[in-house]
Amino acid sequence: MSTKRTGAQIFLDCLEREGVQHIFGYPGGAVIDIYDELTRRPHIKHYLVRHEQAAVHAADGYARASNKVGVALVTSGPGATNTVTGIASAYMDSIPIVVFSGQVPTHLIGNDAFQEVDIVGITRPCTKHNYLVTDIKHLARTIHEAFYIARSGRPGPVLVDLPKNVQQASIVPEPLDPKEIRIPSYQPTVHANPRQVRRALDLILQAKQPVLYTGGGIIHSNASEELLKFAEALQIPVTSTLMGLGGFPGIHPLWMGMLGMHGTYCANMAVANSDVLIAVGARFDDRVTGRLDAFAPHAKIIHIDIDPSSISKNVVVDIPIVGDCRDALHQLNNLLKKEEPRDWAALREEWLGRIREWDRKHPLKYKKSKEVIKPQFVVEKLWEVTGGDAYITTEVGQNQMWAAQFFKFKRARQFMTSGGLGAMGYGFPAAMGVQVAKPDAIVIDIAGDGSILMNIQELITVVENNLPVKIAILNNAYLGMVRQWQQLLYDKRYSATDLSAQPDFVKVAEAFGAVGFRATKPEEVEPVIRKAMEIKRPVIMDFVVDREECVMPMVPPGKATHEMLLA
Amino acid sequence: MEAKKNRRHTISVWVDNQPGVLSRVTGLFSGRGFNIESLCVAETMDPATSRITLVTSGDEQIIEQIIKQLRKLINTQKVVDLSELDHVEREMAMVRVKAEDKSRAEVLRIADIFRCRVVDVSPTTYTLEITGNHEKIQAVLSLLKSHGILDIVRSGTLAIQRAKKE
Ligand SMILES: Cc1ncc(C[n+]2csc(CCOP(=O)(O)OP(=O)(O)O)c2C)c(N)n1
Repeated sequence: MSTKRTGAQIFLDCLEREGVQHIFGYPGGAVIDIYDELTRRPHIKHYLVRHEQAAVHAADGYARASNKVGVALVTSGPGATNTVTGIASAYMDSIPIVVFSGQVPTHLIGNDAFQEVDIVGITRPCTKHNYLVTDIKHLARTIHEAFYIARSGRPGPVLVDLPKNVQQASIVPEPLDPKEIRIPSYQPTVHANPRQVRRALDLILQAKQPVLYTGGGIIHSNASEELLKFAEALQIPVTSTLMGLGGFPGIHPLWMGMLGMHGTYCANMAVANSDVLIAVGARFDDRVTGRLDAFAPHAKIIHIDIDPSSISKNVVVDIPIVGDCRDALHQLNNLLKKEEPRDWAALREEWLGRIREWDRKHPLKYKKSKEVIKPQFVVEKLWEVTGGDAYITTEVGQNQMWAAQFFKFKRARQFMTSGGLGAMGYGFPAAMGVQVAKPDAIVIDIAGDGSILMNIQELITVVENNLPVKIAILNNAYLGMVRQWQQLLYDKRYSATDLSAQPDFVKVAEAFGAVGFRATKPEEVEPVIRKAMEIKRPVIMDFVVDREECVMPMVPPGKATHEMLLA
Repeated sequence: MEAKKNRRHTISVWVDNQPGVLSRVTGLFSGRGFNIESLCVAETMDPATSRITLVTSGDEQIIEQIIKQLRKLINTQKVVDLSELDHVEREMAMVRVKAEDKSRAEVLRIADIFRCRVVDVSPTTYTLEITGNHEKIQAVLSLLKSHGILDIVRSGTLAIQRAKKE
């Protein structure tokens, strides 16, 4: 094996060694050598997106659905800058992706060369790590490090910038096993400290009103089974963040629904009244806590997270546990086996009874209508018709919250949303990535009429590649969530949120070669959904919904969670 | 809740000696709204490693966050909060002071008391090199001020842990 290989060849050799089968990308002068080499790699399928932002969101959706690292490939300059939103979204949501960008040749770097941009500088604050490869000798190791960093510890996006001359240079590569990659200065703590776990369990065993508050960490660490076991064993009610949805079954008696700004009354009340709050893979985001000093004011807090910097960042905790969520829950379950068995159902009766009472008083609800389509009704029907099995992605705004509230997720990795960044335009390309990872599954982007236009060009990508993604537009002809704030907090001054000027989405679908349906009356909703699910092609379902419907409950920004507005 | 007390902390950070690492560190401070009072960086005995000494201030929770965020950087090898340990701090300043007829002797006297070195002389000025901890430098500067400081350059703080004395 002493033949020379070019940088472009080494690049694709590395991807093959990492088991990459799918990449999302867009070519240009600075990556033309890689694209040329790609023609000789039948095992890697490239999806040509129509905007680089979509490549990154697609890689993100792919990573979430498949539990593998997602890969995007773009050219220098504008190709690279177009990826920034996607990278920032993956960073906020801790999604393992690697973005490869072309760069001008090393001798031109810093010269304001054509299509030169300092993408490593630009993405430094929104990547877990990034690299500029200046020497072909470091190329292979850097690529494997990038994959390793993206997937290990708290996952996240890594960018690797590849100057054109590095792709064109050639060397005799040294043999390298990606499994051997070690970075001395990067050693995430995976195994939770058993003494801390013991302390946590002792506290939990004494709790009268415990609550499990779970986040995306449950999904990333594949901890759902351990979570279910633990919650059931001790009869502890569970709520989760937006990112944690699916980590606990949405139709379980211990499930309280999402917490936070648009969480359920019972989840927020349970947290407010808890005496021990067990946070697992969640980060006390302001959308969850509301006014900080009123968040779980009586609770002792246990916080399990793989990222030490998440712990005691916003809320000072009593028992910090650094480690992988699944590892920590596994240890808790093991310790529990050795405990004297107790009748937890009986011991918990009063606490769970109070929670049921809160739920009875203020369940998630909306005013049903026979005249207009209620957006929540559409989500309920999507759930019903798909048997709750569909993969759901969302855009951002009301559509996202209604999806979170009314679709009862069965399992982890079934729900993909831009939670931390809240990037409109995420849902559709992410759905495309999910569909690539799960070719036979039903994948639905629950969308708003505003957001869907942010990456509508991808219709041609799904048509071209026979990806039968479904888009359900909850069309209120408004930037609905902003309008809701204007209604409730700005005296109904609807500034720049009216989207009455909009395209005919059915014709848009048809123009791209997809299928379009419209429903304007409640009785049309189910037939439209059924028809769409039967067609093995991309479909837009345009649901013309009640324009001024609001997402409720709502904790107004800066308020305490118990000050929530109710439906 | 107790009032949050801000304290000055001197933190040592060992990092990979690579391009861009310093900007990861400073970017972290500006991006997260932490303040840096001073920062010094140079290679260690191992050319693959640089050591940064930085001075910052904040309450306990902020300092804890700063240290955790520094550790989180992939290129960070080790972070030590020297303020928690017995350590020695030094800064250096070079000051050009007006020194004419009557004040010439006085400036030299101050320099002598504080063990400053005269590193440059002109008929109307002395340039002094002052080393010491933060407080000492402040003290010398306040004495020299009345004579007229024409130019000044100061280093950040360097700090090293004291050896264990068994
Ligand atoms: C890229 C981007 N720009 C702006 C916003 C601010 N924003 C949040 S929700 C929202 C309205 C979204 O409207 P639409 O997609 O129609 O969804 P709806 O709320 O009506 O369901 C806007 C503008 C954002 N989240 N992302």
